[in-house]
Amino acid sequence: MSIDWNHFTPWAALVGGLLIGLAAAIFVLFNGRIAGVSGIVGGLLRPRRGDIAWRVAFAAGLALAPFVYRTFAALPATRIDAGWLLLIAAGALVGIGARYGSGCTSGHGVCGLSRFSLRSLVATLTFMGAGFATVFIVRHLLGA
Amino acid sequence: MNALFAFVAGLVFGIGLIVSGMANPAKVIGFLDLAGTWDPSLAFVMGGAIALGALAFAYAKRRSMSLLDLPMQLPTARHIDRRLIGGSALFGIGWGLAGICPGPALVLLGSGAVKGAVFFAAMIGGMALFELAEHLKRARPNDVACDYSNLTDH
Repeated sequence: MSIDWNHFTPWAALVGGLLIGLAAAIFVLFNGRIAGVSGIVGGLLRPRRGDIAWRVAFAAGLALAPFVYRTFAALPATRIDAGWLLLIAAGALVGIGARYGSGCTSGHGVCGLSRFSLRSLVATLTFMGAGFATVFIVRHLLGA
Repeated sequence: MNALFAFVAGLVFGIGLIVSGMANPAKVIGFLDLAGTWDPSLAFVMGGAIALGALAFAYAKRRSMSLLDLPMQLPTARHIDRRLIGGSALFGIGWGLAGICPGPALVLLGSGAVKGAVFFAAMIGGMALFELAEHLKRARPNDVACDYSNLTDH
């Protein structure tokens, strides 16, 4: 292993992480809920009365973040290397997997670990391990 | 009122994802690529988020109602089963293939990235498949009543 010093951005990562933690704090302290994106969005596919507006509002906040960010500074460049078919397969796996596993990077990774939940620790170690393994196979064994 | 705070939380979350680099799939893959030139930045994202999150949840756990007087709905599930591990493994594979998880998918959708929109649509499709499978399972009369899904919604 060698460190990619050119792309290493510890301060931006830390500040961004604190903002994510602040968002999770606002959400649990005011709304009394876990800021887990897959659960919030997935719950819209099982709509119940009185349980829709806050989910749409949270998702809208995420989707409008680039607009708000752009009023202060230029958006940082992003790059999606995956081709179309791979992208569709990846999206489907993320959607189905996060719902079966009851959470994703936000619900288990941020909120669950912040609650010291063993269940979320197991989930986080599992999806991180699967992510590391997948990138290793795709990049270094298949050479894509 | 609760929708307003949900919107603010989503917005702050999204800006955090942009600032941290989590909304850039190439950077996420750089973090997941241990065997290549590794970019450890995202470990700092998790560290920062959990440092603040732990304080908030420690306080939240001692309350039964939120500051808006809504019931505190923290997960109660503790079981570790095949659903948790199998689902998380599938999620991790998808995450590793594209470098996108659900929060960044919404941010990329909002930024107007066509590939972000395609990923988001596929993700909703996957979630719909899950709902369909759960619905069919519930409809089977002889199935053992073992639906934890209400309790484990993160």
